[in-house]
Amino acid sequence: MIQLTMRAGIYLAVAALAFLAAGLAVDFGFSVHMAIVCIAALIACWVTISGADYGAIARGILRTPDAGRYDDDPIRWGVIATVFWGMAGFLAGLFIALQLAFPVLNLGIEYTTFGRLRPLHTSAVIFAFGGNALIATSFYVVQRTCRARLAFPGLARFVFWGYQLFIVLAATGYMLGITEAREYAEPEWYVDLWLTIVWVAYAAVFIGTILKRSEPHIYVANWFYLSFIITIAMLHIVNNLAVPVSWVGSKSYSAFAGVQDALTQWWYGHNAVGFFLTAGFLAMMYYFVPKQAERPVYSYRLSIIHFWSLIFLYIWAGPHHLLFTALPDWAQTLGMVFSIMLWMPSWGGMINGLMTLNGAWDKVRTDPIIRMMVMALAFYGMSTFEGPMLSVKSVNSLSHYTDWTIGHVHSGALGWNGMITFAAIYYLTPRLWARQRLYSLRMVNWHFWLATVGIVFYASAMWVAGIMQGLMWREYGADGYLVYAFSDTVKAMHPLYLIRAFGGLLYLSGAVIMTINVWRTILGHLRDEAPMRETRPDPERDHPATPFHALPAE
Amino acid sequence: MAEQKRIDHPTGTETVGHEWDGIEELNTPLPRWWLLTFYASIVFAIGYVVMYPAIPFLHGNSKGLSNWSSRRELAKTMGTEATRKAPILSAIAATPIENLPGKPTLMNVAIQGGGAAFKVHCVQCHGSGAAGSKGYPNLNDDDWLWGGDLKSIVYTITYGARNPEVAETRTSLMPAFGHDGILTPAQVQDAVSFVRVLSRQEKSSSSSRRGSALFEANCAVCHGPQGKGNRTVGAPNLADGIWLYGGDRETLTQTLTDSRRGVMPAWGHRLDPVTIKMLAAYVHSLGGGEANPQPQLVATAQATN
Repeated sequence: MIQLTMRAGIYLAVAALAFLAAGLAVDFGFSVHMAIVCIAALIACWVTISGADYGAIARGILRTPDAGRYDDDPIRWGVIATVFWGMAGFLAGLFIALQLAFPVLNLGIEYTTFGRLRPLHTSAVIFAFGGNALIATSFYVVQRTCRARLAFPGLARFVFWGYQLFIVLAATGYMLGITEAREYAEPEWYVDLWLTIVWVAYAAVFIGTILKRSEPHIYVANWFYLSFIITIAMLHIVNNLAVPVSWVGSKSYSAFAGVQDALTQWWYGHNAVGFFLTAGFLAMMYYFVPKQAERPVYSYRLSIIHFWSLIFLYIWAGPHHLLFTALPDWAQTLGMVFSIMLWMPSWGGMINGLMTLNGAWDKVRTDPIIRMMVMALAFYGMSTFEGPMLSVKSVNSLSHYTDWTIGHVHSGALGWNGMITFAAIYYLTPRLWARQRLYSLRMVNWHFWLATVGIVFYASAMWVAGIMQGLMWREYGADGYLVYAFSDTVKAMHPLYLIRAFGGLLYLSGAVIMTINVWRTILGHLRDEAPMRETRPDPERDHPATPFHALPAE
Repeated sequence: MAEQKRIDHPTGTETVGHEWDGIEELNTPLPRWWLLTFYASIVFAIGYVVMYPAIPFLHGNSKGLSNWSSRRELAKTMGTEATRKAPILSAIAATPIENLPGKPTLMNVAIQGGGAAFKVHCVQCHGSGAAGSKGYPNLNDDDWLWGGDLKSIVYTITYGARNPEVAETRTSLMPAFGHDGILTPAQVQDAVSFVRVLSRQEKSSSSSRRGSALFEANCAVCHGPQGKGNRTVGAPNLADGIWLYGGDRETLTQTLTDSRRGVMPAWGHRLDPVTIKMLAAYVHSLGGGEANPQPQLVATAQATN
């Protein structure tokens, strides 16, 4: 009872402080944010009070959860949150893609301009969709591969809800114009502090669970999750070092200036790709691919070598985002050579994933979830080849600042991160809700094809657009003068922007099908459908060659 | 979990003997091609680091065997290009702008270079086809506010229009007739009617007849009695159906009430004289360029005055 009172009291105190801060705020955005925090704290307080089992407390019974089962509640919420934020992020992406093709869709109001919706899209897909997928799957995988319940159940719930609050604050902040203008790290200082608290709690739950494991060894997926959690903490803290202008205002200034600031930003930005979108998702791959294929992981030795080489090399590659800028030449050189050395360590994950299917390749034909995993690994391999290639200075001098970069990012994000997450969601949903199977496997197949074709439209349009843009920018006439104005390149890219938006629409349609499928599975519905593969005996053709029964002669 | 190594049947490879939640691992050696490519990328990286600036010291950094630097390469490229262009650019510099059309080779180069400079500095307002937009003049037609011969264009580009930073800037300020109470709103409407009759958009009416007197008293001093405009004060021709802001009643009412005072940057202190000459040649070539004014005629005109 004392514990309950204390928790409710803390929530009330937070609500009161937030209310005070909202009143004292020096800008409108901070005031709105503190109001959101206040409401969140009040909801938490109400849930704490109304959800408590007073009967058990009165009888002095300490209710302990069933130690014989894994702690899956936060994972179930996480799967739902992943699907929800995925839809929000894809929709925002399609909208801003259409804004680029039709600027009138900026709607003439500040809240819906491209500049504000673009970080909304990137953060929604990376941190809301990807982040929830990572947190949910890491809680699932670490329990199963350690044969232990989550270390701090209360903290795990705090991690989930605290992370959702972070997402809401970040998203509303972008639309209100609150930004640090650091790519993929746009939220302001107080949201950064909040994420730091949530992330430390996340690390505590994850590491705590590993420490109390019943298995003698730590499974490779957990190495990747651990490197992701620890490195993201380091990146987040260093990149966001800033001095707030006011304790009750949203604006802050970075601790770094000039080219140091740019390099810190891209050290963070590149490793957000490396440790959030690569290491974290490789962890997912290392659990869900062997489980779905029911095959052993291809090579234990490769997993060791590629893990250590990947995390050692990735952290140095950030300067390749700043080739041909004010960054000193020596730093540019290092950024480039570390990116090239990163090629094989990245491919190690692809090899280990794909070759795990040795002995089960037939499942690519019969199991659309395996097909998604294979496509994810193929796109992973493609974009981790493209990345080192784009970091080569002579290639970069053409590709830099063009839409080729956007194409590269999306073949990785839609192909690798999206597909492996969808596969994990399809794996998890029937198991978490104890359903016999998914609502529909045929809908997974539809999702697979819509997503794949969508990515092909998207990526090829952006490759063509980017290379064309780069070539137009550097086109000189015989007299040594530039041939095209910037506006000429924008005009030339219009049809490709339309194709890109169409690809995005297909990808979004696939996600809509997934949402329906996951929802019906949770409700326990089963779609009445023909199985994906049937064995139909065909006696007409099923016989040995019979030359003597050829058509009789005249 | 049992530490049990076994041979995996489909692959014939031994497992490591660990097992987590049913997942085992094979003890497959590193693929040779993978390892060799990895080594090759490391060898390439080392070679590149030896050749190029790569290692930071307390002061400065390693220069690399090639002694390459991005700044030096840029300076070299720009230097080569400057040397290549130098003869023709100095020829353009030495030629007075009004003589440029007499030297077709120089004029062609100037038009090319002007086109490139236009794409960088001018398209933001005048549009990539130089067709302008509301408030920004169309440079393709022969309707000029300040003059369309080469020399006038050079002057306008150099000093801009109504630019507060430059004394020589093209300046004229149309009074805000309505806003400053020079004309009542009803009189503004009458004047608008007359202007619309001038531009043959409306038939003569009692309003326009009242406006005619107002025009005579207030507008003709700059725009001329027939509204044909006057380039010395940048007063637009009101009779030609070409409008900078619009010739409909609503826009004209706004123009007469609040005046229009569009500003153009003075490029003289941002661009070198040769680039400005080339820009003038390009704009002149777009279709509306006018011949140089005849010096004798100017002299005669001045003499008679």
